[in-house]
Amino acid sequence: MGRFIVRRILVSIPTLIVISFVIYAILALAPIDPLSQFGADPRIPPEARENIRRALGLDQPWPIRYVKWMTAMFTGNFGVSFMSHSPVIELIKQRLPNTLAVVGVAELVGIAIGIPIGMVSAIKRYSIFDHVGTTFAFMGFSVPTFFTGLLLIILFGIKLRWFPFIYDSTLQIHDLATLTQQLRQSIMPITVLGLFNVATIARYVRAEMLEHLPLDYVRTARGKGLRERFVVLRHVLRNSLIPVVTLVALGIPAVFAGAIVTEQVFRVPGIGDLLVNSIGTGDIPVVATVVFIFAVLVVMFNLIADLLYAVLDPRIRYS
Amino acid sequence: MATTTNVRVGTLPVANALRPPRSLWGDAWYQFRRHRLAMAGLVVLLLLVVGTLAGPFIYRTPINVIDFKIAIEGPSPDHPFGTDDLGRDLLARALWGGRVSIAVGLTAVLIAITLGTTIGSLAGYFNKLDNPLMRFTDLFLSLPILPLLLVIIYLFRDTLRAAFGPEVGIFIMIVTVIGVLQWMPVARLVRAQFLSLKQKEFVEAARAVGAPDRRIIFRHILPNVLSPVLVAATIGVGGAILTESTLSFLGLGFPPDVPTWGRLLYDAQNYIDVAPHWAIFPGMLIFLTVLSINYMGDGLRDALDPRKSA
Repeated sequence: MGRFIVRRILVSIPTLIVISFVIYAILALAPIDPLSQFGADPRIPPEARENIRRALGLDQPWPIRYVKWMTAMFTGNFGVSFMSHSPVIELIKQRLPNTLAVVGVAELVGIAIGIPIGMVSAIKRYSIFDHVGTTFAFMGFSVPTFFTGLLLIILFGIKLRWFPFIYDSTLQIHDLATLTQQLRQSIMPITVLGLFNVATIARYVRAEMLEHLPLDYVRTARGKGLRERFVVLRHVLRNSLIPVVTLVALGIPAVFAGAIVTEQVFRVPGIGDLLVNSIGTGDIPVVATVVFIFAVLVVMFNLIADLLYAVLDPRIRYS
Repeated sequence: MATTTNVRVGTLPVANALRPPRSLWGDAWYQFRRHRLAMAGLVVLLLLVVGTLAGPFIYRTPINVIDFKIAIEGPSPDHPFGTDDLGRDLLARALWGGRVSIAVGLTAVLIAITLGTTIGSLAGYFNKLDNPLMRFTDLFLSLPILPLLLVIIYLFRDTLRAAFGPEVGIFIMIVTVIGVLQWMPVARLVRAQFLSLKQKEFVEAARAVGAPDRRIIFRHILPNVLSPVLVAATIGVGGAILTESTLSFLGLGFPPDVPTWGRLLYDAQNYIDVAPHWAIFPGMLIFLTVLSINYMGDGLRDALDPRKSA
């Protein structure tokens, strides 16, 4: 198992290198001048602009710039933002925890609610619960996250005034009052993303359990007199969850896409919000780094899913 | 799939003798009609498509007449969906936006399906290509799709706008990037089908009589892959519409004067406290379209699945 983990981690490194190359190539080959915003000031004379270009190394061919960027990144140097003139790594450090918190909690919500819903739906197939559950799941992944967000804002933020609908990023948690305030302002973003996760997971779990329920081993388990609870939880659910892990892993880019949108709707200062704002201001170093961070996150979650898969399925022995 | 029909002929000779002969698609349609929600989806989707295509001819209010006297008004007989901050009619804009959204969805999926089927067939049929092509697919699957879409659109928007004009340029770009970043599931699906089908006797028979690879792929295997691809395509249209509206919602879709559904929501979000109708109508339209497409996909899957038609 240990060797498998190491091997699997080593495999993801070349993937990340290729992805970083793709990102850099897109940025470098784009017909847009990285200095267009930075050096837009008409007071900067052309010679000075040329000097800035040379100082930034922009006179070199892009594959060389890529290698330099890549090697600098390994030492934790992600460059400097054109806009705030602070190191990109500082911006990421400020914002990444917010994104991970929202995505992580939403994922937990999805697992905690989605699995039971899918399970009961499958066991009591065609019952009222199943119909309501499946309809809900269908709606959950047909509705765009930004629309759910806006609806929640209209309903709970404006009409009922239960929750604040603009995320206060300056909030410091130092006592119980500020903690509840933080929880209150996190509820809506997490709900939006959580609903999407619940819907997807419930649907997958239901479909997989329905595949497994009529199989012979389930009949055997029942036949030897096991309690129904035991049959469902120990035999059917366990086996059904294995493919669910893969399906959930494949959906991870969609979850991060949802996070970008959610952060935008509620003004949560995460890296998705940073990306959209940096694109708006043409802050190329930040854009490149954030897209790369998203790639790292996707690859990392895929890795976790693969490891979980190996833990869940004893038949899989990677040699 | 054809085998299902044969089984039925074998078991129910009398019933079949009385009925007209049934084809695969006739069978599928028969099954599909019994899926009530899929039929509802089909009806709603047809209404939406016909509405967005014919609507502007019947509902003749222009989409871009500015009138500040009626700015930000709720639904009224004159303006069934209300008006925006410039007093433009939102029903007219939503109808126009629907054309764009649905066109983007269909075209993007066409690109994704073409790419996915090509790569999947090659990987599944030719053993030598399998590993490199699937590595390539895995790589694309671990790309952060939405961030990349945003970056690509930001970087190439002006060039394409200059080359093809603001609307056509952005349309080409959005459709291409969505298609190019969504072919992977189709490729995996097609490859898996190819891997199992190429072992089957009918392929062996075709090869034995000397059919070239091209003919085996196009005449013998691909038609059998058609139904799962069709299901994936249906659901893909919904996904592409969602992606386009997300891009527009983040301000990186079509230019402001092209009112796609996502764009309407993007403009609406700053007025959400005074004009919730502005966001609710286009949002409901996206939701309804995608929901009915997904139900149709579900019904199609059931209808084309030979295991369930018995």
